Amino acid sequence: MAVLIDKNTRLIVQGITGREGTFHASQAQAYGTQVVGGVTPGKGGTTHEGWPVFNTVADAVRETGANASVIFVPPPFAADAIMEAADAQLPLAVCVTEGIPVLDMVKAMAVVRGSRTRLIGPNCPGLITAGQAKAGIIPGHICKEGRVGIVSKSGTLTYEAIHQLTKLGLGQTTCIGIGGDPLIGTSFIDALGLFAEDAQTEAVVMIGEIGGSAEQEAAEWIRANFKKPVVGFIAGQTAPPGRRMGHAGAIISGGTGTAAEKMDALTAAGVHVVKSPADIGEAIRGAI
Amino acid sequence: MKIHEYQGKAILAKYGVPVPQGEVVFDAASAREAAKRLGGGVVVVKAQIHAGGRGKGGGVKVVQNAAEAEEAARNMLGKKLVTYQTGPAGQVVTRVLVEQGLKIKKEMYLAVLIDRSSERAVLMVSQEGGVEIEKVAAETPEKIHKVFIHPAAGLSGFQTRQLAFALDLEGPQIAAAGKVMNAIWEAFKNTDASLVEINPLIVTEDGALLALDAKMNFDDNALYRHAELKDLRDQAEEDPLEVEASKFALNYIKLDGTIGCMVNGAGLAMATMDIIKLAGGSPANFLDVGGGANAEQIKNAFRILMSDTSVKAVFINIFGGILRCDILAEGVIAAVKDLGVPVPIVIRMEGTNVEKGKQMLRDSGLNFTTADTMSEGADRVVALGAPAA
Repeated sequence: MAVLIDKNTRLIVQGITGREGTFHASQAQAYGTQVVGGVTPGKGGTTHEGWPVFNTVADAVRETGANASVIFVPPPFAADAIMEAADAQLPLAVCVTEGIPVLDMVKAMAVVRGSRTRLIGPNCPGLITAGQAKAGIIPGHICKEGRVGIVSKSGTLTYEAIHQLTKLGLGQTTCIGIGGDPLIGTSFIDALGLFAEDAQTEAVVMIGEIGGSAEQEAAEWIRANFKKPVVGFIAGQTAPPGRRMGHAGAIISGGTGTAAEKMDALTAAGVHVVKSPADIGEAIRGAI
Repeated sequence: MKIHEYQGKAILAKYGVPVPQGEVVFDAASAREAAKRLGGGVVVVKAQIHAGGRGKGGGVKVVQNAAEAEEAARNMLGKKLVTYQTGPAGQVVTRVLVEQGLKIKKEMYLAVLIDRSSERAVLMVSQEGGVEIEKVAAETPEKIHKVFIHPAAGLSGFQTRQLAFALDLEGPQIAAAGKVMNAIWEAFKNTDASLVEINPLIVTEDGALLALDAKMNFDDNALYRHAELKDLRDQAEEDPLEVEASKFALNYIKLDGTIGCMVNGAGLAMATMDIIKLAGGSPANFLDVGGGANAEQIKNAFRILMSDTSVKAVFINIFGGILRCDILAEGVIAAVKDLGVPVPIVIRMEGTNVEKGKQMLRDSGLNFTTADTMSEGADRVVALGAPAA
């Protein structure tokens, strides 16, 4: 058991002939993921490193039976790639690309919301189900099949949490990087809802950051609906207001979106909030 | 990217937003000339800095004639203006806007921005104009009225009417307000803005609507398709080290502490600042070198980090995923040999090729302190960076 992706997932890579696409397709395949092909407009009919390349996502789905896509397409074209995945009715599309103009995402989200596609990201490391499959850039070798789900806005901070859980022998079920952009396809609540239904996931690590109110909304939802233990960390406790801290969405504006208000909301909802990112693993061990 | 009020007004005017007549000037004598061209009567002299709160900080003066305009400009130009948004350091004023004085009957608030929850642009108005909108939102949220703009349908007539009625406008002002709302939405959309704010939008005593102030911010991710906006960037408003870092695609933000940080990934970079604070220190900066950093970028990052003279020790915290620990070690060793870094360096790395990276650091003959965990690294760097007892 796991969520969203497993050894039966048939993955295509949009932008497979690019440097990033090629590298991460190989990494995913080496981890055990069924990478069944890729899409690069204009290169349809060729093969790339052994994978068949298609001109369109629709062609790739028809020919390979793909049911998931990971998108490594440069920012000016990435929103279009997301809409193409939704148009092809792929159940899962994971967009790693960072730097997509937000007005492009407003359009893409309108298309995605009316489709059967679940979008993860953009501006995210993707997801991995330990010991089974991955879509994105999370390094497989730090993971260990286990008991804890992770949902996070950050990339390397997710790796940090994975590493701590692996060292403690707790391992992971599925780790989902939901992304640090203001508009993202899958929210904390969506991911928690999936973990709620997954018998193997005994507890969840939730990693948020300054900006917006997704963590506060998740806190409300956890209080009312989520029964498993949650350990939370919010990055940016020392971030100055009005500055964008790397991620497009990570900004305290008008005095709202601070780490303190998010930590308070999560604590009030029964989440075990750790102040130090070094304490995530131990807090999970204490909770299960 | 932020721009000045006068630049924002020029853009909005092109889209059909009525703005007061005015001129931007860079010296006091030109302020007098500009005031004369505006008729020689009452004018407003406004310091042009990006930060808000200029009025309370003394950066906006209403004067009676051209001579007073010159004096007001002289008192502002070349001086530091301190507002609640600039912080105590303030911002040097290099230009002022001289504008016609207007008789104000009513002040309102009008803005377009992206609403994360609805995943749409939102147009919002309030009758509480000319004050801090954050305060209105916190204390009397019912006084803010919003419509959400459908990405395909755009801004509809019924929506602008709803907002105009909510502002208690009447007669021809309803249509005039609708025109202003459509204009700022078009400007927002066509320039990939992240914020267009008119605070206040005024009704004059003769019933005309005008944008008395204007603030426009742009989506940095969309600047590649707006060559026309590039010249509007005022680098004097930015920290020189941040300008330098941006040339190398490094995400650097200067802070006021003493522990320099070099981290890969924005979330981990923020978390590293947090853990330094927990260890009793204070971070000198936010620095995300990115996932694909090479040795050259590490070196540039080091150079920028060390240009900040308040840095007393450096904490390098890297979780190698795509960025391999051996590549990082190579870059750090080269940079330290080349630049001769005079402060203690604590390195914590984990992930891909970590053993090889650690071996390289040991073999380098340089005096690095290594740590196995983030908290251990933070404790060490804070201890090393503390002033000698």
